[in-house]
Amino acid sequence: MEHSIKRWAWLLVLPTFAAFCIAFLIPFFSGLYLSFCNFRTVNDAVFVGLSNYRRIFTADSEFLHALWFTVRFAVLAVLSVNLFGFALALLLTRGIRGTNVFRTFFFMPNLIGGIVLGYIWQMIINGVLYRYQYAITSDPKFGFWGLIILMNWQMIGYVMIIYIAGIQSVPGDLVEAARVDGANAPQVLRHVILPSVMPSVTICLFLTITNSFKMFDQNLALTAGAPANKTRMLALDIYQTFYGRIGYEGVGQAKAVLFFVIVALISLTQLYLTRRKEVEN
Amino acid sequence: MPKRLTNAFLFLILLALALLFAAPVLVVVMNSFKAKFSISQTPFVLPNAQTFVGGENYTKGIADTGFFSAFLWSLFVTVFSVAAILVFTSMTAWFTVRIKSWYTTVLYDFFVFSMIVPFQMVMFTMSRIANVLGLDNPIGLVFIYLGFGAGLSVFLFSGFIKSVPRGIEEAATIDGCNAITTFWRVVFPILKPTTVTVAILNTMWIWNDYLLPNLVIGSDYKTIPIAIQYLKGGYGSVDMGAMMAMLVLSILPVIVFYLTCQKYIIKGVAAGAVKG
Repeated sequence: MEHSIKRWAWLLVLPTFAAFCIAFLIPFFSGLYLSFCNFRTVNDAVFVGLSNYRRIFTADSEFLHALWFTVRFAVLAVLSVNLFGFALALLLTRGIRGTNVFRTFFFMPNLIGGIVLGYIWQMIINGVLYRYQYAITSDPKFGFWGLIILMNWQMIGYVMIIYIAGIQSVPGDLVEAARVDGANAPQVLRHVILPSVMPSVTICLFLTITNSFKMFDQNLALTAGAPANKTRMLALDIYQTFYGRIGYEGVGQAKAVLFFVIVALISLTQLYLTRRKEVEN
Repeated sequence: MPKRLTNAFLFLILLALALLFAAPVLVVVMNSFKAKFSISQTPFVLPNAQTFVGGENYTKGIADTGFFSAFLWSLFVTVFSVAAILVFTSMTAWFTVRIKSWYTTVLYDFFVFSMIVPFQMVMFTMSRIANVLGLDNPIGLVFIYLGFGAGLSVFLFSGFIKSVPRGIEEAATIDGCNAITTFWRVVFPILKPTTVTVAILNTMWIWNDYLLPNLVIGSDYKTIPIAIQYLKGGYGSVDMGAMMAMLVLSILPVIVFYLTCQKYIIKGVAAGAVKG
């Protein structure tokens, strides 16, 4: 059997592997190398050591600003999305009438693409602010809260679905036993339901953290960084460094490497920490 | 005693929340029939005799963005990419699970690794390579999506294949099947739940993707997200009427898809997450 599988490797593996090399592996490693080079078009790369990395912090403060904006956004978005999503999941596992219809409504925004979401909320937020003679681009805080609202509208339904699956897998007699032993509702939630849904918490935190850090389309459509790049997140900053400033391609690539390291470190740390919690319980 | 009362109360809260969730879409639909100046100034007012413009925003938006061709390109890229991902990554996953060797382990680890790398890391080099290799067309884009989708898809398929007993496959071999016929006649049908999950997750991603298609084929072929973004670019001020109409047209196929495959989508998302 193994012999036969190996003989067909060219069909089983080669197409995926070739596409994976061209779309990911080669671009990844050449991107890593190019972050140490000066270049315009890739072919004209000249090795310059760490100079691109130095220029991230000396030539402009945009990256640090975008990082700080992204971190603040991510903390608030991750907390609010998960709290609301979990609360909705609790509400929708009580056997209330119309549960399925509600679930359909709450999940729906998740299927709409980031660009479309951005323009929907731009129109709504501008409509509200118009009464006070403002626009979403008048003040960075409008863009910030706009992104938070948008992210909540988009992601609450998604994490809700995952939390519902988690809560439904809690054995009913476990909850019953706790009740018989005299536990009240908050105690049941804290000591019975929560430990059992830790795997769902792990995955929801992972999804919301990575989505918050990598957010691009929504940022581009809602404010495109306005005013004065004050609402620009990391991904958009990197994009505009690459394609908006001639002679900054190397800096853009170095920023992208740092971005990758930041996202990888944060998401792996989170996975490690919450997985440990799963084992404990 | 109070349980029925609490539930009735919670029902009302849920109803209010559901309306809140639906409201943004309803506001967009309503505004798509209004004159463009009344949209930015009074977006929450129903159209009246003066502001109602019928289908004017739609005809203008469709003409400005080339919406129907964008719709067809989106459909083409999504359908063929998802099909290619299902066919090839399921086979690759089977290979990496069944052949235990250092190179399948390394390959699998690279697939998993690719899932945490942000797109910006490979964006510039990938679009250059695609350009040099002549992949900057819709068919080339399908190939690139196969590469980008491989990580998650191989990962999800492998997780399921590990639970498929080898005995079935060996029986098929004895009956005269080679590796390919064994896979397609025996293994692939068993993978159906995972196939649905992989299909749903990739469809949601590829249909809505903006940056990758914009970099690879954006100048010649517009998909829906690119067409929407294009409406904003260039002219300075946006025609809000045309924008609202195009937002409605781009949400419409998504809602139709959602309502027809709702059961699979919700299951797929939950299953994909548990394994992720």
